[in-house]
Amino acid sequence: MEVAQQEVLTAPEQQTAVELSGSAALLEALIVEGVDTIFGYPGGAIMPIYDALYDYKEKLNHILVRHEQGGIHAGQGYARTSGKVGVVFATSGPGATNLVTGLADAQIDSTPLVCITGQVFAHLLGTDAFQETDVINITTPVTKWNYQVTDANEIPEAIAKAFYIASTGRPGPVLIDITKNAQIQKFQYKGYTPCNHIRSYRPKPIVRTQYIEQAAQVINEAKKPFILWGQGVLLGNAEQEFKAFVEKSGIPAAWTIMGVGAIPTDHPQNVGMLGMHGNYGPNVLTNECDVLIAIGMRFDDRVTGRLDKYAKQAKVIHLDIDPAEIDKNVQTHVAVWGDCKETLPLLTKHIEAKQHTEWLEKFNDFTRKENEAVIDAELHPKTGEMTMGEVIDQLNHLTGGDAVIVTDVGQHQMVGCRYAKFNQTRSNITSGGLGTMGFALPAAIGAKFGAQDRTVVAVIGDGGFQMTLQELGTIMQSGVDVKILILNNRFLGMVRQWQELFNERRYSFVDIQSPDFVQVAKGYGIAGQCIKEREELQPALQEMLNHKGSYLLEVFVTKENNVFPMVPQGCSVSEIRLK
Amino acid sequence: MSNDNTLPEGKQEFNITVYTENQIGLLNRIAIIFTRRKINIDSLNTSPSEIDSIHRFNIVITETEDVVRKLARQIEKQVEVLKVYYHTNADVIWQEMALYKVPADVIAEKVAVERLLRENGARAVVIRKDYVVFETTGHREETDNLIKVLQPFGLIEFVRTARIAIIKDSEGFNRKLREFERREPGEDVIENEYLNQRDKVFTM
Repeated sequence: MEVAQQEVLTAPEQQTAVELSGSAALLEALIVEGVDTIFGYPGGAIMPIYDALYDYKEKLNHILVRHEQGGIHAGQGYARTSGKVGVVFATSGPGATNLVTGLADAQIDSTPLVCITGQVFAHLLGTDAFQETDVINITTPVTKWNYQVTDANEIPEAIAKAFYIASTGRPGPVLIDITKNAQIQKFQYKGYTPCNHIRSYRPKPIVRTQYIEQAAQVINEAKKPFILWGQGVLLGNAEQEFKAFVEKSGIPAAWTIMGVGAIPTDHPQNVGMLGMHGNYGPNVLTNECDVLIAIGMRFDDRVTGRLDKYAKQAKVIHLDIDPAEIDKNVQTHVAVWGDCKETLPLLTKHIEAKQHTEWLEKFNDFTRKENEAVIDAELHPKTGEMTMGEVIDQLNHLTGGDAVIVTDVGQHQMVGCRYAKFNQTRSNITSGGLGTMGFALPAAIGAKFGAQDRTVVAVIGDGGFQMTLQELGTIMQSGVDVKILILNNRFLGMVRQWQELFNERRYSFVDIQSPDFVQVAKGYGIAGQCIKEREELQPALQEMLNHKGSYLLEVFVTKENNVFPMVPQGCSVSEIRLK
Repeated sequence: MSNDNTLPEGKQEFNITVYTENQIGLLNRIAIIFTRRKINIDSLNTSPSEIDSIHRFNIVITETEDVVRKLARQIEKQVEVLKVYYHTNADVIWQEMALYKVPADVIAEKVAVERLLRENGARAVVIRKDYVVFETTGHREETDNLIKVLQPFGLIEFVRTARIAIIKDSEGFNRKLREFERREPGEDVIENEYLNQRDKVFTM
């Protein structure tokens, strides 16, 4: 009976008003926006929304997390695999402040989120009421948009704007703070209309063909052109358009860790990873190419190294949807401002079909050198303790490159991104810009909800796992199937690596102790094992993947391995070190 | 050689004009774009604009043009910001207003003060038995100058407004707003004009 009534309510453009609480109006809005999963944690100031949610359990799957930070990272993981907007609920005060790390992460990695926070009654605002914090001002620097609702009548429009802003243009997190009185307040609900226009907000421009033509001319005249691509290709759902461009142009293409997977790892023109721990060829040849074509990437300092020695010899073409990124770090010769879903096909049309065989071969030469100096030893060590690289390599063999790999932050993240094989897009979920340790476990939970038919493997270090391991409780309760692969080197490895290389091995507080992770998992009813010997690796990974439900596999890897190649901070990309 | 007026290389005063929706919290959203980069805001004024419901910020900072251009783009990126322009002092007509409170007896007794006030274009706003409040409007040097002049005569209180500036070659915001209000940007909307005029105007 109630369900029938709700169906009537969700009809958009409904003419006759019905009396509804602000909370119910919020949930109606979520349903029209196509939300199926919410990650959240209740509390005093958001109780009316949770009370309303009790009647919507059939339509909205709410995942009770163990900490609001876990909730928002799960929302991010969900958004990144599904391509939809992640939705997160939290209460006022500490609930809201616990979202801040995730908001900053989503902001810098352009992840679409709508976070709903409860707030104290409007009449208590500014009185230092119980669990009151100034959430709007705290979150302003880390949100694309935020808004405080104090009257239920504002809810439909505020939520509509939130989804529109979060998901369009360069996506990002939006926070809506709703005072408790607005949640309770009954008002005349006239249906929910999604937003598709805000006069002060222009998510993308119309594409000007003159810039496409200019870019095409520069590309057609290039002898040694080089494509760099980032997450913009994924966010624009432009993988096919990108592939067509790459293949017609014949140009070697390298990725940022946010962009990996847009074309498969084994695509012949995919020459590898950019940046500090990227591949040898892409870094060195950045300073040899004559035209640099950057697509949906933002020249992060971890990608460029020292800017005044970055690709100075090259003409730079930059395709981006965000005009603030153009000329921000690297001066462009031709800027193609627009959605790459639209600009790439136009560019493909205007360029000549070519093969850059000799130039591509130069990348392959560097790959051979890198294999000899670094990769062979990392992926196929014959003796000694296991390496992170060989674990990832074995995992590749077993998944075939079809799994979603969620990485945390540190050495294993760089190793994971470097060596994991990806056959399809939206497969590498990592905290790229913010570098948030503790991201992987909750993000993997969300990633699985966003891609239920895919295998999700969270690759995590022993340090990062201990930052959010309470989310094992979320896995236990929700029954979500996440494979947890802990690469334990008994160190905070990346900081240790830097201390070794740059601080004369003064290992300052990187020697981290861990509990028995398998026992911890067991406490949450999650199966697992810990292995230390090479011959156990392949069967243990196989068991993890075959296991019905979540599984924790802890692998002891060598303690003091370093991730190479490496562009030391303050150095040019061409000064990349192999050891 | 250096004196107080010497600016670090390439830096000069820029007048940033921001057209926005009237939204609570937007002032903070704009201000933190400067504070995040440890850039001091020399002057900030918010006022209505020529269009009902559209607000106008006048912000003055001392920076290089490269930095100002990047700041302008970050400001324009904010959802409720419609448009950002930046100009050097030469490209705008600008004014600041100042109030000076001086003891009335000095004014009454010293003829020199009256002459100085007149020379500096000051106008008496309030005359009381114990004090007189004068007002001047003009450029920074002009309002500053009168402080120096009045200081020896027992200047009691001084205050100056933020700068307001009118853009010399602006046709106002009405036409632009009509474009923004359209659902789809039309061909006549000059979307990429900044790509051609990077050094002048940043525009959507």
